[in-house]
Amino acid sequence: MIEDAKEGHLLEPHEIEDLINVVKKIYGFDFSGYSKASLKRRLTRVLQLKRLSFYDLKHLLINDGDFFQHFLEEVTVNVTEMFRDPLFYKAINTQVLPYLSTFQHIKIWSAGCSSGEEVYSMAILLKEAGLIKKSFVYGTDINTEVLKEAKKGIYSLRKIKSYAENYQYSGLPGTISDHFTILYDAATIHAELKQNTLFSVHNLISDNVFNEFQLISCRNVFIYFESALQEKILDLFYRSLCPLGFLCLGSKEAIRSDAFKKRFKTISSKENIYQKIGA
Amino acid sequence: MELNNDLKKRWHQSKVLLLGGSAGSFKILFRIVKTLPPDFGKTVIIVIHRKKNFFSEIEKLFGDHSRMYLREVCDKDAILNNTIYIAPANYHTLIENEKQFSLDVSESVWYSKPSIDVTFESAAETFKNQCTAILLSGANQDGAQGLLKLRNNGSLTIVQNPADAEMVDMPRAALNIDAAELILDVEEIYQLLQI
Repeated sequence: MIEDAKEGHLLEPHEIEDLINVVKKIYGFDFSGYSKASLKRRLTRVLQLKRLSFYDLKHLLINDGDFFQHFLEEVTVNVTEMFRDPLFYKAINTQVLPYLSTFQHIKIWSAGCSSGEEVYSMAILLKEAGLIKKSFVYGTDINTEVLKEAKKGIYSLRKIKSYAENYQYSGLPGTISDHFTILYDAATIHAELKQNTLFSVHNLISDNVFNEFQLISCRNVFIYFESALQEKILDLFYRSLCPLGFLCLGSKEAIRSDAFKKRFKTISSKENIYQKIGA
Repeated sequence: MELNNDLKKRWHQSKVLLLGGSAGSFKILFRIVKTLPPDFGKTVIIVIHRKKNFFSEIEKLFGDHSRMYLREVCDKDAILNNTIYIAPANYHTLIENEKQFSLDVSESVWYSKPSIDVTFESAAETFKNQCTAILLSGANQDGAQGLLKLRNNGSLTIVQNPADAEMVDMPRAALNIDAAELILDVEEIYQLLQI
């Protein structure tokens, strides 16, 4: 935490609105439906890290296109883990994969995939279930920089070690390092796991359906959206799922709208796994 | 414990009770949860540090013994009176507005997620002077800055007396930056909650 910057500028609500408008007009990214408490924290963080005032930030956003990419990376939260919430992966393994294994092809969408950890966790799960050859995992994010990391599939050894406990709790055999080639302090995901993955830019707010999926995982993305925007994106997911396809949300997220509660059956309320029903 | 009338008034008028604790605070929080009456008249928000893959043992234990309605915060949960909310592991708990929580998975603060600072600062911005916040025993510095912000915004801020705490670092960090109006022993904290 940056102590001295704490005394610095506190963004006022109208200044946040102002920045949202600039970003929307110039770059087409719409942050207006984002949760304000978190957005304010992220924007304040950018001011602190770069030692900028509100006016500096606004000026840079208007005049420096390169800065925007960097801004986007700092404002969106890109914290992720492999096998985050290990019991979720266990539930997918025992309650969802047996069902999906009856499909000819399994297409999975990890929406808001950041640096790819969830995509590769899914790939490992599919491999261990003997389903990797007929599966394809799509990872999308609004942030091109983190997608570059995801495509590489190379993580620091320190990071991989920090995921070892998650892996163990997920109930998969062996250890997480079984799925990586380790050279000095870099761990590279096995080619076999990378083969059936694709990463690309997709904006949940402004882009539309791009494929039909058997499973969509969008975990810890909704927390950054206000309820109305969450509902809009639920509709996008609903339309992107095949009949009886699965939707997975983060462990502390929920389908709150009554309209969508009726259109999804709860498979695991604890791990927030749902199945599309109705038309 | 002798509280002057001004402090008593501010305690009674506060709508939200914030409790932050780390190592050495569990027993105290457990006793508070067991003691508070169902019609306590405030919203209680508890942020306690713990390991991420702890599978919510704390919530279950607290829930089984609480007389107030208790739940672990879910994203966009309503903030209700006479309810105890526990900040979930591996998320920061933010106050979206006076009526709603929101969660965040961003970087740990002081190696902690949930961070007490994050929740306290967010509460200070939203609830201004309407909180009473108590920072308990702990082995790092989380919570001190948040407590200071609450104090600066007019909320009543209290730390557990370091001499009475299992781990002194957290209360001491708050005292070092003059974030607390009151320094209370554990028994005095229990007394305060009952007046």
